[in-house]
Amino acid sequence: MDRDLMLSLYRDMICIRRFEEEAARAYTRGKMGGFLHLYIGEEAVAVGAISAVEPTDYIVATYREHAHYLARVGDMKAAMAELFGKATGCSKGRGGSMHFFDMKKRFMGGHAIVGGHVPIAAGIAFASKYRGEPDVTLCFFGDGTANMGAFHEGMSLAALWKLPVVFICENNLYSMGTPLYRTLAVEDVAVRAEGYPMAQEIINGDDVLEVREAVRRAAKRARTESLPILVEAKTYRFRGHSMSDPAKYRTKEEVEEWMNRDPIRILAQRIYELGVANEAQLKAIDDEVKQEVAEAVKFADESPVPDPATLYDDVYSETEPRQDEEKVVPLPRRARAGG
Amino acid sequence: MRELTYREALREAMAEEMERDERVFLMGEEVGHYNGAYKVSEGLLDRFGERRVVDTPIAETGFSGVGIGAAMVGLRPIIEFMTWNFSLCAYDQLVNNAAKLRYMSGGQISLPIVFRGPGGAAHQLAAQHSQVVENLYAYVPGLKVITPSTPYDAKGLLKSAIRDDNPIVFIEGEVLYGRKGQVPEEEYTIPLGKGDVKREGKDVTIIAWSKMVHVALEAATALAKDGIEVEVLDPRTIRPLDEALILRSVKKTNRCVIVEEGWPFAGAGAELCYRITNGAFDYLDAPAVRVTGEDVPMPYAKNLEHLVLPGVEKVVTAVKSVLYRS
Repeated sequence: MDRDLMLSLYRDMICIRRFEEEAARAYTRGKMGGFLHLYIGEEAVAVGAISAVEPTDYIVATYREHAHYLARVGDMKAAMAELFGKATGCSKGRGGSMHFFDMKKRFMGGHAIVGGHVPIAAGIAFASKYRGEPDVTLCFFGDGTANMGAFHEGMSLAALWKLPVVFICENNLYSMGTPLYRTLAVEDVAVRAEGYPMAQEIINGDDVLEVREAVRRAAKRARTESLPILVEAKTYRFRGHSMSDPAKYRTKEEVEEWMNRDPIRILAQRIYELGVANEAQLKAIDDEVKQEVAEAVKFADESPVPDPATLYDDVYSETEPRQDEEKVVPLPRRARAGG
Repeated sequence: MRELTYREALREAMAEEMERDERVFLMGEEVGHYNGAYKVSEGLLDRFGERRVVDTPIAETGFSGVGIGAAMVGLRPIIEFMTWNFSLCAYDQLVNNAAKLRYMSGGQISLPIVFRGPGGAAHQLAAQHSQVVENLYAYVPGLKVITPSTPYDAKGLLKSAIRDDNPIVFIEGEVLYGRKGQVPEEEYTIPLGKGDVKREGKDVTIIAWSKMVHVALEAATALAKDGIEVEVLDPRTIRPLDEALILRSVKKTNRCVIVEEGWPFAGAGAELCYRITNGAFDYLDAPAVRVTGEDVPMPYAKNLEHLVLPGVEKVVTAVKSVLYRS
């Protein structure tokens, strides 16, 4: 096992964990508004999957997307500033927690209508295929999405047109506050893949190496054979659906059981067992990350709010067709009403 | 000058733009092998092949979203709705994704995508197939809404729409497809947001778009026999709206009738009324009046459908009312 890789995965996961812990503190201190959906407990899925593909592959995510943004883009300052509603945020303070974007890094957004981004992911992959480009699209969504019409239409078109998309279901067992068994007539979301049809695989979403390996295989298949696949990662969110959710619908025992399978602890254990690093070395990484988070908070705090004069910017793209492209051939007045 | 049907003009616009730019492709139900439910895309599959003329299953949410995703990364899709009635299945895609992605991302995304297809009532298609939707889309910042009334406008506006970097709602008149009109051989485009005076007059301004332009023109002809000179103004695009042209006309005639096919409550005409009252209050010799479709789901029976739609008689009556004549 590659030593640097394991440490880099560890660092990416710790970044997300510490970033979100700090975001939650900032939220309670009133530093941000709106919703804040934390990914804590699910870090292995985003980190494993995104580390498995090329930086030119596209990432499409949900409203619980801080992790995916950090795993791909890694700009903690722009992320924190976006949460704080600042002009320096990754979406200039227009998106907030649910709408992180970085088109240059092919991070195609946090999308907050459940299922609405599934056809979009298929469309990005359609464009790759149309242009004969080798890029693959990763599309993340939760188990709750599996009941949405947009999900089915997107999956069905991806299968019909053999589009290079890796659909990754982050099954955290609850769609908001409702357990899976009350929302889904099947136990595994993955079985839905068979009807489209597309390949499917169920994996342990708490093991970053397992996620990475599965997504690496899936992306390779998507790239070389232009075929979609559904990967279902079983995982668990340690916190509520959002900051306003105390998650009383879960028993303490259940949460504790899953917290014992903390993806970060699982990787740390592996790192120790293989002698890749010791506790002090991992703590050093953690300390570095904490410092980075503190700097991100400071940056976000000190950044300016968006200039009110920009309120109407970017509702429309202002680029007009070039003048030399415009040819106006007017009709004679009397003919104009013709038709 | 040669004459084309509205349908042919639209087809020519798409073919020319597809020829000009390989990023442009057409996608929708029955657009390819069936040659289009309304034959607008007839022959395009033979000319451009399956890569660029893409038949879809009946899945408006799915293929609208695919178009949006493709546009996000630089393709220029034309998404055909068999009718705009079915676009309501994809309303979330147009409103939450197409209209907002640019703004939500802080301007990182351009969405050069055209959604097009027929809107409005045709003949006895009943409640679910006879709707006017322009107001549903014109309400949404981020979208542009185009409603051409003639073959000339249809071609020039569609070409501009395809070249525009914004999501466009392009609503064709279902009953206008067979209508003929002059279309130059030479290439031309019509800028979005520019209205057109279809008939000049000094007594009353009628504002109408899409097929209601033709109802307004017929009414104008009838009223001319009574010595009433009506100006017929077609905004052509509902959003952005050519407010300057509208106000100029109303300030000239001092009276205004708005004719729209859709329902009265929160129709596009209601917004026009507000802008006219706000922008030309001191020039008005009578309150602006609206002639709209009746406030009911469209009935099937021919006589009832006729009752619902704005017709020449209703428009004539409205014009006379703003002139205080009976």
